[in-house]
Amino acid sequence: MTGTELQMLLSGAWTTVWISAIAIVGGVPLGLVLGLGRVAGIPVLSQLLALYISIGRATPLVTLVLLLFVGLPVVGINIDAVTAGVLTLLLNTATFNAEIWRSVYQSFPRGQIEAAQAVGMQKGAIFRRIMLPQMSVAALPGLMNEATLLVKASPAIAVIGIVDLTRVTDRISARTYEPLPPIIAAGIIYMIIIAGMVRLQRVLEKRAAKWSA
Amino acid sequence: MDWDLITNSILFNPAEWEIVLNEWPRFMRGFSNTLTLFAVSVVGAFLLGAVIVNLMASRNPSVRAAGRVYVDGMRMLPFLIFAYLLYYGLPSLGIRMSAWTAGLLGLILYHAAYVAEILRGAWSQLPAGQTEAARAMGFHGPQLFLRIVLPQLVLGSAPILGNQLIYMLKDTAFLMIITVQDLTYAANSVQSMYFVPLQPFIVAIGLYWISTLAIEGLVFLVGRFARKRGLGRA
Repeated sequence: MTGTELQMLLSGAWTTVWISAIAIVGGVPLGLVLGLGRVAGIPVLSQLLALYISIGRATPLVTLVLLLFVGLPVVGINIDAVTAGVLTLLLNTATFNAEIWRSVYQSFPRGQIEAAQAVGMQKGAIFRRIMLPQMSVAALPGLMNEATLLVKASPAIAVIGIVDLTRVTDRISARTYEPLPPIIAAGIIYMIIIAGMVRLQRVLEKRAAKWSA
Repeated sequence: MDWDLITNSILFNPAEWEIVLNEWPRFMRGFSNTLTLFAVSVVGAFLLGAVIVNLMASRNPSVRAAGRVYVDGMRMLPFLIFAYLLYYGLPSLGIRMSAWTAGLLGLILYHAAYVAEILRGAWSQLPAGQTEAARAMGFHGPQLFLRIVLPQLVLGSAPILGNQLIYMLKDTAFLMIITVQDLTYAANSVQSMYFVPLQPFIVAIGLYWISTLAIEGLVFLVGRFARKRGLGRA
């Protein structure tokens, strides 16, 4: 591989990183809203959310990205490939995050809420200042784990022509007629990205443990 | 979003659903390919995973390290790039496989690492005294693993193994990118042949969903059985 091909590879890696990053950053709060909405016991809405989460978790990303990219323009929403890719990853990761937030919420010790009510705290303040910080610490390992799963599932968006770190290997081998080196190089870059995320997870968990001690 | 357009002319357009209905055999071929890939790779990944977890528990440190490197390496790779390696990369080394063989082999080799890691986690929860007791009763080698250890690992980690099964089912869809004719491939070809963009994928997602519910139901039954035997986390 020459300099140009290395540059192509890095730009593919950058595409994978920034698309995944947007989906991860957006998917955490969206998952919180979906997860809380599901357990809120609001008639119809809670059931619809449960159905959405169940179907979302069962849908392969390749199928979903095709549905959004080919299907949305027909219902009057014009969407380019990159937006469809981001939206796919976001909608998918949010359903998994919703389940993580839900389980953390349901195992939150009720005594703390009662104690906060006893000292006169309002509902919103209890959630923001008592529950959310502790729920975030408890949800951290699950959310980070889901984030690495998202990066590993992100090559699905290559099917609609986004030149990510996987798809770029096709482009490079079309120039060099040697598919093996770019595929191996892309694999190594993926490993570096995932290893970095796992390390970040350990650092964050250590900090969170110090904070809650 | 134009709701009238969605409800009147697209989702409930009888002509478009008729196309889907006429192409039903194509969907069923794709679905049965997806289920075949899934079933074979579940069995293969489970058997290979059980071998790898033994490597990771070996007394020989270099065997142990090899098992670790394999498992950690796979767990840091996306499935699709591994499938690319087998299908597009290996021919450079003179190893040529059909898309189907490469895809199936990829699913087995990749998910065996995840299965091995799940089994290892469950194994570390087993009391060491139990294995010692089994040895004292004359169990050893493969018999000790297959009759005493493995059943407990499977029952004890049923929910996590069940999640892995769902990932395996969903990973089969990646294989359409390397031209395997699975369910998503079938939906996409109906879409591009007749330009009915929504219905084929809705049908495909429905079939994936039903399969996932079936897997979850099965895992629930296994989990209940496990709890009856005093295994697994409630």
